[in-house]
Amino acid sequence: MKNNRVDFSAAVENEMKLILPSLSVNEGMARAAVAAFCAQLNPTAVELADIKCAVSEAVTNCIVHAYREEVGEITIEVKLCEGRLVCIDIRDRGCGIENVKQAREPLFTTDAAGERSGMGFTVMESFCDELRVSSRKDRGTTVTLLKRLHK
Amino acid sequence: MLRKGGQVSYEEKGDTLVVHIGGEIDHHSAVQVRTEVDERIISTSPAKVLLELSGVDFMDSSGLGLIMGRFALIKKYGGTLALLDPSPAVMKMIKLAGMDRMVTILKTKVKGI
Repeated sequence: MKNNRVDFSAAVENEMKLILPSLSVNEGMARAAVAAFCAQLNPTAVELADIKCAVSEAVTNCIVHAYREEVGEITIEVKLCEGRLVCIDIRDRGCGIENVKQAREPLFTTDAAGERSGMGFTVMESFCDELRVSSRKDRGTTVTLLKRLHK
Repeated sequence: MLRKGGQVSYEEKGDTLVVHIGGEIDHHSAVQVRTEVDERIISTSPAKVLLELSGVDFMDSSGLGLIMGRFALIKKYGGTLALLDPSPAVMKMIKLAGMDRMVTILKTKVKGI
């Protein structure tokens, strides 16, 4: 909801950057690395599980949809901001999303044969406080996950 | 070099195939699990399949696709599928997708299966 949008001006207290090839074997490593970095804020087990799941969805989208049969670069940037705000950018330079609004609809998938559930963006939205998606055709996509941890 | 994905083991009890799945289920591991489980289902054609999920530590939406794909395959062979003892991580995803209204979920081990 508009009134609940996360304040992007919050001061950054710590940050990390991870660049990895879009190999499916890296999905587990990506979510584990982000969770390990966020652990310094002492999140609850549920909060950490939510972050891992949202990151896994975003990274999988890069592998399955953005780069498809090719291997490209995935960049993950995590910022820990004042007020226990976690800001995660996951960026690819793949094919982009033609219709972001449609892609964010529950159960929408362009890869039914691959048994994709079409729930990736729904999971990200449900497990985070805010999800932002910025995409340009043939230029790539940046997914921003924002989650405020309990005090 | 490749990490081990979801772990799979089987038990056959009468006309029921119990598939024990553990570990982390994501897009990477779901491909391996799907191939293994489908081979077993096709070769044994069980009337009932139970996916026992108590040992799943992590599952993202790839796991939802895995469950729905097996549901469709077993239905095609005239069988039935149920989920047994889904872990909290699995249950959260299932409820989010509304899959608890489509697939039978057994919360505790039932005698005689």
